[in-house]
Amino acid sequence: MDTLLTGRVWVVGDSVTTDAMYPAFAMKLPVPEAARHIFYELRPGWTEQVGPGDIVVAGRNFGLGSSRPVAALFRELGVAALVAEEFNSLFLRNAINHGLPALTVPGATAAFADGDTARLDFAEGWIENTATGTRLPGGALPPMVLEILAAGGILPKLAREGYIAPPTTGPHRS
Amino acid sequence: MGMTMIERILARKAGLAQVSAGQTVVCEVDMTVMIDLQFATAWTPPLRINDPDKVAVVMDHAVPAPSVHDAAGGTRARAFARDFGIARFYDVGRHGICHQVIAENGLARPGEILACTDSHTCAAGAYNTAARGLGPAEIYSILCTGSTWFQVAPTVRYEFTGTRPAAVSGKDVFLHIAGVYGDATNQNLEYGGPGLASIPMSDRRTIATQGAEISADFSTFPADELCRDFIERHSPGGAPFTAADPDPDAVYAAVRTVDLDTLVPQVARPGTVSRNSFPVTEIERRKVDQCFIGSCANGQLEDLAVAAAIVRGRTVAPGVRLLVTPASQQVYRDALRAGYLQDLADAGAVVTNSTCGACFGYHMGLLAPGEVCLTSSTRNFTGRMGSPDAEIYMASPATVAASALTGYVTDPRTELN
Ligand code: SF4
Repeated sequence: MDTLLTGRVWVVGDSVTTDAMYPAFAMKLPVPEAARHIFYELRPGWTEQVGPGDIVVAGRNFGLGSSRPVAALFRELGVAALVAEEFNSLFLRNAINHGLPALTVPGATAAFADGDTARLDFAEGWIENTATGTRLPGGALPPMVLEILAAGGILPKLAREGYIAPPTTGPHRS
Repeated sequence: MGMTMIERILARKAGLAQVSAGQTVVCEVDMTVMIDLQFATAWTPPLRINDPDKVAVVMDHAVPAPSVHDAAGGTRARAFARDFGIARFYDVGRHGICHQVIAENGLARPGEILACTDSHTCAAGAYNTAARGLGPAEIYSILCTGSTWFQVAPTVRYEFTGTRPAAVSGKDVFLHIAGVYGDATNQNLEYGGPGLASIPMSDRRTIATQGAEISADFSTFPADELCRDFIERHSPGGAPFTAADPDPDAVYAAVRTVDLDTLVPQVARPGTVSRNSFPVTEIERRKVDQCFIGSCANGQLEDLAVAAAIVRGRTVAPGVRLLVTPASQQVYRDALRAGYLQDLADAGAVVTNSTCGACFGYHMGLLAPGEVCLTSSTRNFTGRMGSPDAEIYMASPATVAASALTGYVTDPRTELN
């Protein structure tokens, strides 16, 4: 699996909750429509600007809140990876399980501004600002987690293991 | 090296003699609980599952179905329960908020692991269970395979001393901890100490439930006498269990003492509970539009009893809406029989069906822009209960009931008779 990514960065602050990313009213919508409401209050209009391959860089306690599968919405928008100074563990698991790499990097928000380009390797555990050359170490993901990412998420993995009928039309798009 | 409560359970279920913080382990899961929402969005039944006896399905978040979308989820849930022989299926009529249903039916057992598609699954930590919320995809995976992985987090232990004052509830204890110590992101919480005996099981569940608001992984209580009584009452003659006690030389990230004698009712200001909860005496005289008593944290029979005692023979203040949602159909029936619902309704409260409903601003009791709500539910995040331009304060059922009578945030000690 290629664990090296390069993408345009969007920076958000501390303690962004799942209610801010997947509000209750969006839970009644199909995933493609629900995805248009990520950060609906925090950064209105953001979902029009974000594009495939982009990377979201967040502060501390990213994803505090419920178990709603926010990662599916980020994937829908083409977001390639999440980076945070600290993740809520449930949110981190959800990202991994939906095949979305999630890297913990202390100090990440200070090293990036909106529009910067980041290079990162989630197996080796680092992120770099290509303009400033600043390189920060992060928590490399354990092999068990990389295996899930390599399969494209937990549902494709289950399909391969014969638990779900292929092709993957699992309970949640990943 | 000694182990904390949670490390002991994870080690046992991973088949290891020892685990410690930082380790990643694969554990067998004893009980997997699925909620209605899991079936509402593009559900595909699996080809095979691990063990139908280790699965429960609970209709809770959106019942009775408020939309065709949710109704169709109900159809899929019923088909799944039927086709896979899931005996523990809590359909509308024997439904309730999953964490209440888990407790009432003895699904959470000391020393075991419970997984559920809801972030407040840590609630079952009140019963010495290693319980946590996992996303729908991961729950699906456990349903199929029977196991999952955990990264063992460092544990913070809270040692209770003294005796809980009568006007102080589990909510107040939790808000005190959240207010003083803030977030516990990627940490486990363990509770114990000599003061624990004065904290009843209902309050323990409130405390365990709300570990989610400070972003903790697991929050766990010991299986003391109160806990064992509770388990025996809710699953009489159930299979024996092996409770998990911490070792005397267990390693903690911190050990903090909470002197229950000194606690007073607490209120969280809007946005978060973390470092944003204060003694009620320090809270501004705030006019409230809606008061809510309910949720997995505070819709228990004991919560309704306290609220009923406060409003009995009195009237909700003009311009205030008091909503009361029993945590389960069982709680509803018990509260009806005990007269609590009569007292609440006579005072002007709207008693609703048991569901998550207003707690997550999904299908009833939503807030309008500019409104102020005082809630005893779990989350006071911006936008949680409706408009992002509404403000949500949080307090105990007693404080919410007292405030509904006066129309502003009120110290329940002035209204308790
Ligand atoms: S009552 Fe609220 S916090 Fe509890 S499970 Fe339901 S939505 Fe979640």
